[in-house]
Amino acid sequence: MTITAFDDAHDRLAHLHDTIDALLQEAKRRGATAAEAVVSGSAGIEVAVRLGEVETVEHTRDNGLSLSVYFGHCKGSASTSDLSPAAVREAVRAACAIASHTQPDTCAGLADPARLATEIPDLDLYHPWDLSVEEAIRIAVACEDAARAADPRITNSEGASLSSHAGVQVYGNSHGFIAGYPTTRHGLSCAVIGQDGDSMQRDYWWTNARAAADLEDPERVGRRAAERTVARLGARQIGTCQAPVLFRAEVATGLLRNLTGAINGAALYRRASFLLDHLGQRIFPGFVRIYEDPLLPRGLSSAPFDGEGVATAAKDFVTEGVLRSYVLDTYSGCRLGMPTTGNAGGVRNLHIAMGPLDLPGLLREMGTGLLVTELMGSGVNPVTGDYSRGAAGFWVEGGEIAFPVEEITIAGNLKRMYQGLLAVGNDCDFPGSTRTGSWLIDEMTIAGH
Amino acid sequence: MNDPIAIARNSILNPVGLGDADLDRLLSGLTSAAVDAADIYFQSGRLESWVLEDGIIKDGTFNIEQGAGLRAVSGEKTGFAYSDELRLPALEEAARTARAIARAGQQGRVQVGRTPMVRRLYEPLDPVASLPDVAKLALLHQVDAEARRQDPRVCEVTVSLVAALDTILILSDDGALTADVRPLVRMSVSVIAEANGRREQGSSGGGARRDLSYFLEDDRALGFAREAVRQALVNLEADAAPAGTMTVVLGPGWPGVLLHEAVGHGLEGDFNRKGTSAFAGRLGQRVAARGVTVVDDGTLVGRRGSLNVDDEGVETQCTVLIEDGILRGFMQDKLNARLMGVPTTGNGRRESYAHLPMPRMTNTYMLAGSHAPGEIIASVPKGLYAVNFGGGQVDITSGKFVFSASEAYLIENGRVTRPVKGATLIGNGPDVLTRVAMIGNDLALDQGVGTCGKEGQSVPVGVGQPTLRIDGLTVGGTTA
Repeated sequence: MTITAFDDAHDRLAHLHDTIDALLQEAKRRGATAAEAVVSGSAGIEVAVRLGEVETVEHTRDNGLSLSVYFGHCKGSASTSDLSPAAVREAVRAACAIASHTQPDTCAGLADPARLATEIPDLDLYHPWDLSVEEAIRIAVACEDAARAADPRITNSEGASLSSHAGVQVYGNSHGFIAGYPTTRHGLSCAVIGQDGDSMQRDYWWTNARAAADLEDPERVGRRAAERTVARLGARQIGTCQAPVLFRAEVATGLLRNLTGAINGAALYRRASFLLDHLGQRIFPGFVRIYEDPLLPRGLSSAPFDGEGVATAAKDFVTEGVLRSYVLDTYSGCRLGMPTTGNAGGVRNLHIAMGPLDLPGLLREMGTGLLVTELMGSGVNPVTGDYSRGAAGFWVEGGEIAFPVEEITIAGNLKRMYQGLLAVGNDCDFPGSTRTGSWLIDEMTIAGH
Repeated sequence: MNDPIAIARNSILNPVGLGDADLDRLLSGLTSAAVDAADIYFQSGRLESWVLEDGIIKDGTFNIEQGAGLRAVSGEKTGFAYSDELRLPALEEAARTARAIARAGQQGRVQVGRTPMVRRLYEPLDPVASLPDVAKLALLHQVDAEARRQDPRVCEVTVSLVAALDTILILSDDGALTADVRPLVRMSVSVIAEANGRREQGSSGGGARRDLSYFLEDDRALGFAREAVRQALVNLEADAAPAGTMTVVLGPGWPGVLLHEAVGHGLEGDFNRKGTSAFAGRLGQRVAARGVTVVDDGTLVGRRGSLNVDDEGVETQCTVLIEDGILRGFMQDKLNARLMGVPTTGNGRRESYAHLPMPRMTNTYMLAGSHAPGEIIASVPKGLYAVNFGGGQVDITSGKFVFSASEAYLIENGRVTRPVKGATLIGNGPDVLTRVAMIGNDLALDQGVGTCGKEGQSVPVGVGQPTLRIDGLTVGGTTA
């Protein structure tokens, strides 16, 4: 069996165009002064293997439509997974009924027509994979086998899984904008368990890409999962102390996302951000530049236009340590008296400019402190920036890893942590749309025994 | 019409013209000699939500979700396909795809029967239609006004109201047809209070498998507003939390998220069958102090985590997980129960038709002990009293778990003194309950707001516990 669902991506796009056209007409017929909708369809396969045997073969097929209607400044929304004409009419009716009860909000409405994308660049996001179930199983087994063979202390496995999805999405609004594009996304992940005496540890590695050819080699993914697991064996708690903390690149992405959450318009107009009124202020040391690149070819978060049809473009959020731009859509921008930044639906391909040091260099720079490789829990207060999370990683002495650490917390305040950023590494070696090296923070409180 | 099977047939099968003969045919197409188990899960979901912000009703959403998931299991292998189209050809294709997992075998022949459902933990009613729209909106405005009336420092109020109805119909390989009609309502209130340039948030809410009249009873909705404001004002006064390992007293109710993370996930059947849980192979062993009894109970009337039947059509039950400190049982779905050679416990749950079922918790709580809460606090010379929490997380293999306090106080010389900022607490699941030193007599369940995530699937759950004293939890504050 092969995945053929979106050989007809272009027919599918045309069909979704028709769905939106019909929906916009129905909204108009019901008296809506404006309307917008996004409709998507995707199909794919997910294969999971464990201990060399198939565990699940899952065929996915998802459709979704969400729409908003405006009667003047009153808004109503609806969504449906059923794209039949009757269900779409029902969704429009429900949204209009809701709009008859919501209250006027002068900021509610579509994006400024002058800001809508006029060209839809091809970002090279569609690379369907002619993958049979048998081949998918073979790749996943090879990945898991490599992990299990990597070290005798790997005693068990949660398995490996391979997925491949292809989809199309179309956005349209009553300004006459309608555009869509097909995308693909493929991924492979592996999680294994190591044992040393009574202690068990689990860790994983993964790869994601728009094109199968860009995936990391399956055996390498397996070996990295095993290396990470084995490195954690024998982890112990350390004593409560203040120390510098090095966030390994893949967990440093969380600190970048905390930033984009705090400069998001929705948090700002609700006064629910620790970076309220910080535009133009220095929030990082002078060497820091943070930017997004939404038009990156094959980027995992790339998009030619945002969630309301506004053209996307590369932009700096932070340069020379100073906050230069918020993350706004039309509504939150209006609430703050600013134009949209083309970020309806979020930030796309967020990057921080990387420094000269690799991971060993950063460890030497830190000298003695904590290298964090895993964070647990949700202990970030977006209103105050107070930060307290469970962590695991390694204690570092004299610039070298001394032993693995677990069952500790690290705590501080994001505003001070950002000011205390000493270096960003060049060791960005994980997949994903957020790109950063490891972050060295001058000091945090570590709680342990 | 009050019979769940009749309701489910009427809302899912009849509109697309699917009759018993079609169901027979679909199920036969899904089974074969090599298929050990198979089922078809039909779902029709309707959800309505309203949001009030800045004192006005800002948006509302109506959501329709409908489809069927078809599963064929052979040994430890599962084939799964789903369709949001409920017409017969689409379902037959999904059945063929799912069955491909099993080695070739003769197509089975099954006849659809029906299981009489006697259980009524909640009424099969539609909460979306339970209150006129204008009354829903009036309620949101009253909650907003109540929050703002509490204190002039309240500067932002957001209130949301969600009413959902899920109708499911499960056809299993023995031909049994089971239905469940599941109402669920929820209200959330979140406020920000500001004073002297400092801002803090507070939040509260609740819900149940009831209709929207639930929020009108006992002034419940207005109570959420007052509670959210109270929390925000407490946090405006809070100092930095301590850091280090200390005695922690947990309040009753929602702090039971401790149990959910520290032991609950680790006692789910899949992790134990695979030997990936820190609790694997420990049945019959001591994992908690004497007096600690923890159950998972899906049979509580009207609770958010309750179900008449699980998502495999099995009646839910009250499963003893830990009895007087000894590990007694795991939570099972059909697949893991069969492979482990034990009975299923009615814990097979799935987020929707587009997800595979797996062992999940329902309402997980610790039974009451004998100590008065005041007595427990008075016994602590120095420690932390944590009464409200955000979420938690666990690594089931290492056993390490965290949960984050959103309202906490210092205990000094047996008295609750100053409020401190929220902090994450971290511990080790297999031994944290051995450090339970005192168990309160004030068992409470949470207010009905919990959602549990596992392998990307979210399901509503409940937690609960009495006041607990735990000697030696690591508290992640900033004051060393």
